[in-house]
Amino acid sequence: MVVKIRLKELARSRSGDKGNTCNIGLISRKPQYYPILLREVTAEKVKKHFGDFARGEVVRYEMPNIDALNYVLYEALNGGAASSIRSDNLGKCFGSALLKMWVEVEESEL
Amino acid sequence: MRKVRIGAGQGFLGDSPFPALDVVRHGEVAFLCCDALAELTLAILQKLKNRGAGGGWTPDLRTYMNLLLGECRQRNIRIITSAGGLNPRGAATEVADAARALGIRGLRVGVVEGDDISGSLDEFLQRGIPLDNLETGEPFSALSRDQILFANVYLGAGPIVEALDKGADVVITGRCADTALFLAPLIHEFGWAVNDWDRVAAGVVVGHLLECSAQSTGGNFSGDWWDVPDMHRPGYPIAEVDKDGNAVLTKAEGCGGLVTRETVAEQLIYEVHDPARYVTPDVVADFTSVRLKDLGGNRVSVTEVKGAPRPEKLKVSIGYSNGWCGEMTVRYAWPDALKKARKAEEIIRRQMALLQIKPQETVVEYLGVNSLLGPAADEPPGDLEEVGLRMAIRTKNRREAELFPRLFPPLALNGPPGLGAGSFGGNRARELIGLWSALVSREEIKPVVEILEVN
Repeated sequence: MVVKIRLKELARSRSGDKGNTCNIGLISRKPQYYPILLREVTAEKVKKHFGDFARGEVVRYEMPNIDALNYVLYEALNGGAASSIRSDNLGKCFGSALLKMWVEVEESEL
Repeated sequence: MRKVRIGAGQGFLGDSPFPALDVVRHGEVAFLCCDALAELTLAILQKLKNRGAGGGWTPDLRTYMNLLLGECRQRNIRIITSAGGLNPRGAATEVADAARALGIRGLRVGVVEGDDISGSLDEFLQRGIPLDNLETGEPFSALSRDQILFANVYLGAGPIVEALDKGADVVITGRCADTALFLAPLIHEFGWAVNDWDRVAAGVVVGHLLECSAQSTGGNFSGDWWDVPDMHRPGYPIAEVDKDGNAVLTKAEGCGGLVTRETVAEQLIYEVHDPARYVTPDVVADFTSVRLKDLGGNRVSVTEVKGAPRPEKLKVSIGYSNGWCGEMTVRYAWPDALKKARKAEEIIRRQMALLQIKPQETVVEYLGVNSLLGPAADEPPGDLEEVGLRMAIRTKNRREAELFPRLFPPLALNGPPGLGAGSFGGNRARELIGLWSALVSREEIKPVVEILEVN
C-alpha cells in the first residue's frame, strides 16, 4: 500500500549559503531509503516546494558515498547574507523546510 | 606511522573561544586552526570600520589571543587564523600587543597579505580582465566605483605554508579559502607537492570538516540532536592525519559533542555545490570519493579522497553598498493573533502609501507562522497563542529605511488590541552589502608573507 509521509521520516538535512545561492544536503536516515529519495525528491519537486523562494534553477547532485543528495537553489536567498532582508538571511532553515515535503512510499519500503 | 593532529579553534566571528582552549589543553594538537571569516564577515568588518569601531580585523582577536597565546606557547602549538580580515598587518600588531602584555617574548607572527585587490580593480579592467559576476553574469560596469567597499581574493594554502616554513608561531591571514587554514599545516609537515592532487584533496576534506567548528561534532546535527552530550561545551573537531592524507576525525577528550558517521556526513555536504568538484585554490576535491567509517568512541575515519588539478583562476569577493533595510517586529496575543498581525500589516502598508515610502521590496513574515520556512510552511492550525509581524523594506536611500520603523509604535494605541512590543526603539536602518563574486587569473595575485618578531 502506498502511504504519504513527510520527508523528515526518511532523511536528515543541512543547508547553507554561498552568495545568493542556497544548498541543501539531504541525507538518508538509512541506506535503504536512498533509492526513495532519488525517486521522490526530484529537482523539479524541490523547486515547486520552495515556491517564491526558489527563483532560479534548482540542480540536484548525488552523493551515494554518504547516501545523500545535494540540492543547489540559485537566486534563493533574497540577495544573500548581508543583502538579504529576510529573517533567515543565510538559508539555514531551508533544510528544515525541505523535510516538510510529502513523499509517497510503499509501506514495504519502510 | 607518524601522524599530525590539527584542531579547530573557531568557526566564525562570534564563536565561543572556550572550546578552542579545550582543544589546546586536551587535544594534543600541534596546530590550532581558526576560521574567523564566513562569506559575509568582511562586510561586517567593513561596517565596523566605517563606524570607527575596529581596524578591519575581527574584534574578538584579542580575546582569543589572551586566552590562547600562553597556553599554546607552553605546548608548542602553532596558531593559524584568518582573523586578519581586511587588515592582517593591523591584526598582527594586535597579536604582538597581546603577547607583550602577557610577557611572551620572541613570538614570531607570520602575516599573509596580497588578498586585498581593491587597489588593482581599475588596472584589471584596463587590461581587459573582466570581473563579471559569477552568479548572474552581469558585467562589472553594473557597479559604480563609489559603491565598492572591499575586494579580496581567496588565497590558497601556499602563503600559510611559507609562513610556517619560516617558523611562524602564529599565522594571520585575511581572506583565504577556509580549507587552506587546515591544509597548510599538513603540507608543511608532510611536504606534499603542490600537484599531489589526491593528498592535497584529502587535506581539503579535513579542512572542510574542521572549518565550521562544532558542526562536525554534533552542532547543528539534524538527527537525534537531543542525544548530543553536553552541547553547552562541545569538543571542537580534531583531525589525526597521516602522510598519505588518511584521517581520523575526533574531538578533544572530556568535552561534549558527538562524532559519528552521521554528524560528519552532515558537515561534508555543508555549503557544497557540485560535490564531485569542490573547487578550492589548491585543488578540485571530489567529495563523492570520500569514505567515512565509524570507528566508535567518537572517531570517524576519512579516507580514499580523490582530487583533480587546481583551477587556473581564483575567486574574488567584492563587497558593495547595496541600499538600506528598515525593519520592525511587533507581536499580537490570542485571540485572533494572526488576523491582528495581518491587519497591522495592512495599516503599515496604507501609511507607507500616505507617506510615499516606496521601497524596492517589502518582506512580510509572521513569526510563529512562516518567518523561517517561507512558502514551505503549512497553514497554521487553529487560533495561535501569539503571532509576530516582521516587516522589512529594501530602499535606495537611508531616510526611507529610517522612517519605516517609526510607523509601528502608534499601532500600540491605534491598531488592533493585544500588542506586545517587538523591538520598539531598538531598530535602526542598516546598510545592505552585496557580495559580487568574480574570477581572476592566479598569475595576477601576488601573496606576500612576512614574519614579525615580537620583543
